Amino acid sequence: MKYLNIFLAFFRVGIFGYGGGPSSIPLVEKEVVGRYKWMNDEDFSDCLAIGNALPGPIATKLAGYIGYRVGGFLGMTIALIATILPTVFLMIVFLTVLNQYKDQPWVQGMSKAVIPVVGVMLGILTWEFVKRTKGSFGWMKTVLLLVICFVLMEPLSIHPAILIIVFIFAALLKKTDDSTKTERKVKSP
Amino acid sequence: MIYWKIFLAFFIPGILGYGGGPGTIPLVEKEVVDRYGWMDHQQFSEMIALGNALPGPIATKMAGYIGFMQGGVLGSVVALVAIVAPTLILMIGLLSILQKYKDSPKVKQLSQNVRPVIAVLLGVLTYDFLFDSFQGIGGWQTLIIAVLTYFFLELRKVHPAYVIIGALVYGALFLG
Repeated sequence: MKYLNIFLAFFRVGIFGYGGGPSSIPLVEKEVVGRYKWMNDEDFSDCLAIGNALPGPIATKLAGYIGYRVGGFLGMTIALIATILPTVFLMIVFLTVLNQYKDQPWVQGMSKAVIPVVGVMLGILTWEFVKRTKGSFGWMKTVLLLVICFVLMEPLSIHPAILIIVFIFAALLKKTDDSTKTERKVKSP
Repeated sequence: MIYWKIFLAFFIPGILGYGGGPGTIPLVEKEVVDRYGWMDHQQFSEMIALGNALPGPIATKMAGYIGFMQGGVLGSVVALVAIVAPTLILMIGLLSILQKYKDSPKVKQLSQNVRPVIAVLLGVLTYDFLFDSFQGIGGWQTLIIAVLTYFFLELRKVHPAYVIIGALVYGALFLG
C-alpha cells in the first residue's frame, strides 16, 4: 500500500508538472506534505534547500530522496520510475512517429516552425539566469562575468565543465566575511 | 563503448548543471551535438520543443530519449542513471553533512557562481537556434514566429504546450 502511494504521488507529479523539474516542486509538496503527510513543511523546505545546493535535475533528487525516506531503497526506485518513465516513454513514441514521416513536406514545416519557438524559450530562460546572476552580483559584476565566460567558452573553446569547476572552487575557497552572515559554527565535543 | 559515451554525455551535465533540469539543457547540447555529433541543432530543437510540450522533468526526458536513440533500452537506462544517480547518491549519502551546511554562505555562493556560465551557454544556444531558423526559413518567418511566441508565452502567459502546438500547425500549413 505504501509503495503504491509512493508510485501514485510521483506519477501525478510527473504527469501534471509542466515546464521541467523546478515548476513541479509545488506539486511534490502538495503530495508529500499535504496528501500523504510523509513530511512536515519544515522537513520539506530543508530537503529542498539541500537539493538546491547540489547540481543536476531537482525533480529526481526530490523523488529519490523522499522515496528513500518513506520506503527505503525500493521506495526510492519506485519514486524515480514513477517520475521519469511515463514522460520518457511519451517522448520516445512521439519523436519516433515524427521521424517516420520525416519526408512529408508538412512534417518538415512543423520541424522548421519549432526552431524559433525553442530559440525564444531558451532566450527567456537565458534572461532568467541573467536576472538571478544580477540578483547576487549586481549589474557591473554580472556583465563582466558574462563577458569573461563568453570569451573563454566561445572564441577560446574552453569546455564549460572546466569553467564550472573553477567557479565551484572559487566559492569553496573564498573567505566569507562574517559581518553580514549568520553562520553558526557547530563544534561537536 | 557506446554505453560508456552515453554515460559520460549525461554524467557531466548531471554533476555540473546548477539550476535544476533547465540548467542542464545547454550542457547536454554541448555533449550530444558538439562533442558526439549524435544530433544536429534541428533534431535537438525538435526534442526540446516536444520536451517542453510534454509534462515531467526535462533533463530525464532528454536523457531517456537520446539514450534510447543511441543505444536502445539499455542506452536509455544508462543515460537516465548517469543524469540522476550521482547527485541523488550525494544527497542521500551526505545528508547529515549537507544538513549542517545548507545555509552556509559558501553553498549559496556555489550555485550563484555557476549561474553566469549557464546563462552564457543558454544565450549562445538561443543565438544558434535563431540563426539556424534564419538560414532555414528566412528572417521574416523567424521574426513572425519568434514575436508570436514571446507574445503568447510571456505577455499572455499561455501554456507552453499550446504555443508549441500552435507552431506545429503554423509550420504544417505555411512552411511545408
